[in-house]
Amino acid sequence: MAHTAAVHDSPDAHASHDAHATNTGISNFKLGFWTFLASECLFFGTLISTYMVYKGSAIVGPYPADLFDILHTTLSTTILLFSSLAMVLALHYVHEAKRNVAIGWLFAVIAMGGAFLYLEFQSYLKYIGYGLTLGSSTFGSSYYVLTGTHKAHVAVGMIWMAILAWRIHQGKIPPSKSDQVEVAGLYWHFVDIIWIVIFTLVYLIP
Amino acid sequence: MSTATIDQAHAGHSTHDEPTGLWSWITTVDHKRIAIMYFITATFFFFVGGVEALIIRMQLWNPEQSLISPELYNQLFTMHGTTMVFLVAMPMAVAFFNYVVPLQIGARDVAFPRLNALSYWIFLFGGIYINLGWFIGQAPHASWVGYSTLTSSAYSPGLNTDFWFIGLSIIGIASIAGGVNFITTIVNMRAPGMKMMRMPLFTWMTFVTSFLLITAIPVIAVALIFLGFDRTFGSVFFEPAMGGDPVLWQHLFWIFGHPEVYILILPAFGVISDVIPTFSRKPLFGYPIVVYAGILIGFIGWGVWSHHMFTVGLGPIADSFFVAATMIIAIPTGVKIFNWIATMWGGSVQFTTAMLFSVGLLAVFTVGGLSGIMHASAPVNLQQHDSYFVVAHFHYVIVGGAMMGLWAGLYYWFPKVTGKFLDETLGKWHFWTTMVGFNLTFFPMHFSGLFGMPRRIYTYSAELNVDLYNQLSTVGAFIFGISALIMAWNIYRSARRGAPAGPNPWNAATLEWSIPSPPHHYNFPEIPVVRSREPLWNAGEREEVLAVTMPDPAEEPVMPVPSYWPILLAFAITLAWALVMTGIWWVIVLGIVPVFFCVLMWAFEPAFPEGH
Repeated sequence: MAHTAAVHDSPDAHASHDAHATNTGISNFKLGFWTFLASECLFFGTLISTYMVYKGSAIVGPYPADLFDILHTTLSTTILLFSSLAMVLALHYVHEAKRNVAIGWLFAVIAMGGAFLYLEFQSYLKYIGYGLTLGSSTFGSSYYVLTGTHKAHVAVGMIWMAILAWRIHQGKIPPSKSDQVEVAGLYWHFVDIIWIVIFTLVYLIP
Repeated sequence: MSTATIDQAHAGHSTHDEPTGLWSWITTVDHKRIAIMYFITATFFFFVGGVEALIIRMQLWNPEQSLISPELYNQLFTMHGTTMVFLVAMPMAVAFFNYVVPLQIGARDVAFPRLNALSYWIFLFGGIYINLGWFIGQAPHASWVGYSTLTSSAYSPGLNTDFWFIGLSIIGIASIAGGVNFITTIVNMRAPGMKMMRMPLFTWMTFVTSFLLITAIPVIAVALIFLGFDRTFGSVFFEPAMGGDPVLWQHLFWIFGHPEVYILILPAFGVISDVIPTFSRKPLFGYPIVVYAGILIGFIGWGVWSHHMFTVGLGPIADSFFVAATMIIAIPTGVKIFNWIATMWGGSVQFTTAMLFSVGLLAVFTVGGLSGIMHASAPVNLQQHDSYFVVAHFHYVIVGGAMMGLWAGLYYWFPKVTGKFLDETLGKWHFWTTMVGFNLTFFPMHFSGLFGMPRRIYTYSAELNVDLYNQLSTVGAFIFGISALIMAWNIYRSARRGAPAGPNPWNAATLEWSIPSPPHHYNFPEIPVVRSREPLWNAGEREEVLAVTMPDPAEEPVMPVPSYWPILLAFAITLAWALVMTGIWWVIVLGIVPVFFCVLMWAFEPAFPEGH
């Protein structure tokens, strides 16, 4: 995967300090970020494992079966998945130096991220209405901390995209500096993939 | 080129190009300066943790003494452990990573110089924060492993545990950032020809340790987040009455905690793998095997955590697995020990202080390794668990292993850092008082433990008949304390009036010795080309390397600009975590604002001077 990423490095990227003559040909920024994502895997891995270990350990309700609405979550999941497509397109148009199109797709990412958060907070409110809180059971604790951490990651990603859009608007991200968008993309796709794991393990498995 | 001519070339070198003064240290992004700050801070905390240990030893001089209260005793042993692991052994290793790795691989700095500065400041602020509890009499008190439910609001109602979980969370950020930084540096920034299998062993072990850091720290981070939510927002992760499982804490803690043991020991293994060949005048015996053994230790280190939990009752199958995995780790470790011995075999061994500490590590660590194999066996472990036998074991591996290795590194690289030798006479005093004091402290603990003295209890019964062992330990601890003072005096004196050392005082083989001591702030005027594992030991290659590393460059290489954002961001992060203590959600959210602001300013600040 790192190799396909390296292909995107245009030759003039090597003029910038970040990318000059590394052993791998991958810029430090990108390699460092991959490393950070490895660390994030363990972070989410621990959160997800805790949820799985605590599955069925709640001694007071509501229980998952009382709350989860697969259709609702499928909708928010679909929206989040499509935001990754928008991210890919945004990067593509940064490479093509079509600034406004790239900004448009970044806004699409932000909008879909926002829609995902909106739908998810809707379910939070519903669950709280049913009596599931952080302290109501081990299910409540592990569910809210896991999905809450994921939502915080989505929110950070949205802010990041907004800043990138502004930088592109200022003309500070020419194709030679597309790394900045690509790394943000790595982050966004990662957050997406984590959600797929959460969706499968938390919502789909009864 | 002889050493004498290198010295003459060096005499003309001045450091006028480097800014001085306090501000230049606060804003520095130079890996060498950051390393020095790491070392000084870790040494300071070493004395803090040492004084805590000495008070503990005084309390245990006689049975049923009440020199200090049980509550204070709990705080002392908790902070002794927490300090020595997180604020001494880890950052002292990081000090060496920082100073040595870029020089060994022929790089001008680490991959992310500002991130590196951030790691240091976070470590410093987190270290101060976790100690703040002392000033209000509420230092952490639930031991360095913080077992649930001792840490729950019910059993730890004060601020003690808040200081602990918040302080450790802050410090963890520094470790992950450091791990990312060193992996990227080592993968991406090696000099031409410096293939992975030509890297010095210290760089290799830094690489393996960095992987352990980025994979182990997130696990404790999540455990601390759970604990924080339980204490601050009323979640029930570790609340047995609500279905929460205190054993989950133990699993998460030790999934981090056992790799942590190798985070502590592998850097020391790396140091002596460089020191022993230098003072045996022989290349490291079986280089690839030593590398693979280090990687293997890192891997297997992930699959042994439950050997800390045999008394929990996980069942015979789980116990058997962890017994086997734990014993298997002895194989790569043993391989390394034999490789070091084989390196010395037939070499012209020179017993400098650095070499003495390395050989001392071999002897003392092996004792700790053997007692480790003893309680790796679950049935034996049931007898020894939570007794002083375990205290003896892990001090043998961590002090006798990690710290002795780092002290070997101190004597070995000090001439590179300062251009002056550490005094060898004082060094030998340091070594021998360490050996005597250390063994006198910890060897008797094997016996007091086997005779039934439990750890983490503020006193012991006269009927146990372990007075003598405890008194020996206390005497040893004070001798050990004196050895630390000798070390500090040696550092202080030698930094000012040490005998001048040339660029390569030990006639060592690796790249860090190819440049002046102390190095220019840009390290290498021109990046050398490497053709072997021992570039400075091979005729021809040596001259080629020195021809580009020794002369002053016509034009100084462009280096990253200093920045005050790392210290500000570190402060903002510390503040944001500290506000969690308030327990008011909007104050906590507000605390994120300064962090966000500093991240933005950092991102928009050019890392290099304009025009580059």
